[in-house]
Amino acid sequence: MSADVRPPASGEVRARRRRLPSSIGALYAGNAGAVLGRALLATRSSTWMVVLSGFFEPVFYLLAMGYGLGTYIGDVEVAPGHTVPYAAYIAPALLAVSAMNGAVYDSTWNVFFKMHFGKLYQAMLATSIGPLDVALGEIGYALLRGAVYGVGFLTVMQVMGLNLSWTAVLALPALVLVAFAFASVGMAITSYMSTFQQMDWINFVMLPMFLFSATFYPLSVYPEAIQHVIMALPLWHAVELVRGLTTGAPGSAPWGHVAYFAVMIAFGITFTTRRLRALFLR
Amino acid sequence: MTPVIQARALTKTYGELVAVDGIDFEVAPGESFGLLGPNGAGKSTSMRMIGAVSQRTSGELTVLGLDPDTHGPEIRSRLGVVPQEDNLDTELTVRDNLIVYGRYFGIPRPVCAARATELLDFAELADKAKVKVDELSGGMKRRLTIARALINEPAVLMLDEPTTGLDPQARHVLWDRLFRLKERGTTLVVTTHYMDEAEQLCDRLVVVDHGRIMAEGSPADLIRTYSTREVLELRFGSTRNAQMAVELADLVDRHEVLPDRVLLYADDGEAVLARVRDRGLDPTTSLVRRSSLEDVFLRLTGRSLIE
Repeated sequence: MSADVRPPASGEVRARRRRLPSSIGALYAGNAGAVLGRALLATRSSTWMVVLSGFFEPVFYLLAMGYGLGTYIGDVEVAPGHTVPYAAYIAPALLAVSAMNGAVYDSTWNVFFKMHFGKLYQAMLATSIGPLDVALGEIGYALLRGAVYGVGFLTVMQVMGLNLSWTAVLALPALVLVAFAFASVGMAITSYMSTFQQMDWINFVMLPMFLFSATFYPLSVYPEAIQHVIMALPLWHAVELVRGLTTGAPGSAPWGHVAYFAVMIAFGITFTTRRLRALFLR
Repeated sequence: MTPVIQARALTKTYGELVAVDGIDFEVAPGESFGLLGPNGAGKSTSMRMIGAVSQRTSGELTVLGLDPDTHGPEIRSRLGVVPQEDNLDTELTVRDNLIVYGRYFGIPRPVCAARATELLDFAELADKAKVKVDELSGGMKRRLTIARALINEPAVLMLDEPTTGLDPQARHVLWDRLFRLKERGTTLVVTTHYMDEAEQLCDRLVVVDHGRIMAEGSPADLIRTYSTREVLELRFGSTRNAQMAVELADLVDRHEVLPDRVLLYADDGEAVLARVRDRGLDPTTSLVRRSSLEDVFLRLTGRSLIE
């Protein structure tokens, strides 16, 4: 480095790059932090009412359905011989929804605007930032928003006495994983969308997924064929994973769900990176 | 000196459309180089290939001695890019736009902050440091985009249509800033469809049309080679221009008929005007001016630069 007489900017980029195999060098500058830093700085100018409403939506569901409706419903069996109050049954599902919403709001509509109107990624990719840096930085920010919503909701649950087991602590890393997965896939899908009409399809998918993913009642109410469809949906995996941890229901194995989300993350990052490259570096 | 940019038979096609059709040029360090041509001539496409954000279809291209296809990030880290349309970060303040952009190059934050302060002075935006980008005028946004492009102390500053859409005063302020950079030895690559801009800023330029280079040289050379010293512009009214041009054709070696006027090319415009008057013809208006790059373009393509 001492013999390098180039300006510090390029010198530093070169130093980072040397550690990477050349095939990934064109995609990644090891600088996703700059993209994340930009997003954090930009939150200052965000509309706080919108950010807060995203958090309160599942809280309102919990109050209305958990306590209002829950009084009429009584207890729900989460595992053979293991019942929990209705509020404690839907609270982890809404916790998963909270993390999902946070991640999806940012990785879909916000990304869509930055991509088509702000021309933000075009500006970033004219620098030494690579498409994988953009993908990781933006997904990282969406994940963070999902995680913050999740932590807030988990706190609400704790205050209301809806965390029934010490394993509820493990819901935290689980929420990060869930948010990461939804953010990755959300951004990947958004990067292929070019019109508002296409973006509306995201809402069209999100609402039924929210209602039917064993969120408010057990999977067993469905005929077997429908059960398989529900079990293929990402929110069902998130609900099951989180519910097992906050209720401490015995016999729930988290690893299948974890693997499902790992695949979502890999899929999302790969396609986002590819698409950004195709859009802005051709 | 080794050229900073070298293009040989550089070509870019999009399906059937040939955007850049085998162009050759070199840019020397410290030079101010221009691509002059109408909209759709292939200027922006060429800039994108040089900027390593678009891959060439064929031909050779080296930027700072590197191939953009294989060394995109290295090249981009040493270029400053001012795109045709402003893509400033509207969610950030003016000052943060500079700092955040510097961070994209991996430049440490304190260095970015120090450079941002200098660049805000240079762009005469120091008093706007804390406002959002949307509150700036068009000329200010353009100056901020140029300041942003300088945050990584680039070896080459690339400007795509830098003053399009600006009012005359804002253009002159911008030219003044660019001229200062030129004096400091910054290599500039400029595309423009304004001949006055090309004459102001470029040491040397290529005239491009339909993706091809029509001519190359300094503005003065091009005018000397492809035009006469002076031009006599006559207006007879749109219905009579063409007919008058026929009657006056024998007075000069070359003339052009535009929808609104007739151009007569001569080294002494006043003398030709006197002979026009001798024939008893009285144009509505007459003007003798020096030849410009517009005339060069008209000569080379038979079309006017701005239609």
